[in-house]
Amino acid sequence: MTLLEVRSLSKSFGGVVAVAGVSFSIQQGQICALIGPNGAGKTTMFNVITGIYQPDSGQVYFEDRLISGFKPHQIAGLGITRTFQNLQIFENMTVRENVMLGRHVLTKTGLFSAALGLPASRRENRACRRLAGDFLAQVGLADRADEPSANLPFGQQRLLEIARAMALEPKLLLLDEPAAGLPGGETRELEQVILRLRDQGTSILLVEHDMETVMNLADNIVVMDFGYKIAEGGPAKIQKDPQVLKAYLGEEDSDA
Amino acid sequence: MSQDRVRRRRFIKTAFPVLLTLSLLLLPLFNDSSYVLSTLVFIGIYSIVTISLCLLMGYAGQISLGHAAFYGMGAYGSAILTVKFGLNPWLALLAAAAFTALVAWAIGIPTLKLKEHYLALATLGFGVIVYIIFTQETAWTGGPSGLSGIPYLSLGQLTFNNDLSYYYLVWAAVLFTIYLSSNIVNSRIGRALRAIHGSETAAEAMGVNTAAYKLQIFVLSAIFASIAGSLYSHYITMINPSPFGFRMSIEFVLMAVVGGIASIWGPLVGVSVVIFLTQLLRDLIPLLLPNAGGEMELVAFGLILSVIMIFMPEGLFRGLMDRWDNPVRYRKAKAPLPSSLWEEDES
Repeated sequence: MTLLEVRSLSKSFGGVVAVAGVSFSIQQGQICALIGPNGAGKTTMFNVITGIYQPDSGQVYFEDRLISGFKPHQIAGLGITRTFQNLQIFENMTVRENVMLGRHVLTKTGLFSAALGLPASRRENRACRRLAGDFLAQVGLADRADEPSANLPFGQQRLLEIARAMALEPKLLLLDEPAAGLPGGETRELEQVILRLRDQGTSILLVEHDMETVMNLADNIVVMDFGYKIAEGGPAKIQKDPQVLKAYLGEEDSDA
Repeated sequence: MSQDRVRRRRFIKTAFPVLLTLSLLLLPLFNDSSYVLSTLVFIGIYSIVTISLCLLMGYAGQISLGHAAFYGMGAYGSAILTVKFGLNPWLALLAAAAFTALVAWAIGIPTLKLKEHYLALATLGFGVIVYIIFTQETAWTGGPSGLSGIPYLSLGQLTFNNDLSYYYLVWAAVLFTIYLSSNIVNSRIGRALRAIHGSETAAEAMGVNTAAYKLQIFVLSAIFASIAGSLYSHYITMINPSPFGFRMSIEFVLMAVVGGIASIWGPLVGVSVVIFLTQLLRDLIPLLLPNAGGEMELVAFGLILSVIMIFMPEGLFRGLMDRWDNPVRYRKAKAPLPSSLWEEDES
């Protein structure tokens, strides 16, 4: 079943074409990787899917529903969320509260019941607190739950961002270079977290430069270069695609 | 987190409100001079406004340089409705708050789209306009000479017409404001507000409707300020525009920052320090420098505030608490702890 479909999407900034008529789709339960050299338009694609930018032309469909034109928080409400290439941890909160914030769209307490501390809002808050602990345990951060999030080292902040996104129980999770800046060992751990997420039913769109991670994880790979889609297929096919090798992996070196 | 720190935090979280309430209750037994009580009434009224400003600035990260306007709208609303229309003072307080909420809502929709300096300027402009209305709309506001004969608040047989009864009334209102605010801060809404402060992009990506929450907290903040203004009117029983101008807006921000903007208890500290420091310097400077004029007080005031801000940019309340909580970390790094460490409930 098709979960997300991008149809001939274009986006330019001034005279610069960032995405040029790209189409692809993500199947339910799949890990789809979006790769390409710097400036290929991957992050722009993320920003269009999540509603930060509006496309110049083309559409995005999620579960057969047109979502281009929606605000980012509305798109999150439908079950699409993301992590950021340059971490966007809420440093003014504890680790646990970051994850509790991830439950925002799944909880209901409004300003008045919160202010008056009504029993329903307290109950919801307690449940949320417990669940946040569970999500932190899944990425191995349970023991740091009550520390200021700014205290975590870089790698753990990445995991925290993923835990926060997991808390939203998304149908589709967009990961923007989750392995960037991680040492090899931590990258392997991260891969396990991502695979577990997929097995729990979350579909994933992954932007990643680390080819080993991409080849380990992806069911389907979309390759972009200068805004255009130049190839699509499984890891084996992409590794042999001459255009991809030329644009991305380097002309001589085919085993990267 | 060490057991010791958990225990210390739990201690302070229960002890602080209890001790404060007790000392407020008992204080008039030791000193019930009109001077002390009326100073405390003012500290209470300013604290309500400053807490409302902290919700907006410290938690949601939205600045307002026009809060004296909301404070003034409460004061004038109460005055006009009781003096000109003979409305019951409590109803007038509620009606003024409702009207202020409506104005804040209408102003908030366009201005909260602005960020940082631009928002500061827009709210500043709003404050100036409201002040001009207070001074120029003579038929309603009495112009520069203002309105007098504002009735006292009363509950059944009890009329709040002296410093002692008003002291208890105002501080009950302050404690209730703190109760509501700390509930908000520790709730889903509070987290959404702090997320907006941290990163609007990330907050939106997690499903937080940033525009809606900014507007909600702006309106709530205006309501608190308006109620504080009504309490001012019914205490002084006559008003004129001068306490509701730009200067007062800045003073509220100053009190908030000195106490610590990302804190619900900070405002009490900030307001008290600013008020006592002003008084203290007024008495002290002439003793130290017999020939100095009033400007020396301002210079000293400015110097002391600068020193506080240099060494405790997170405000006095949080600054002192964080150092007490973890002195070692404070010798090493100066990053402020998240406010919530002090305020979250550990249920």
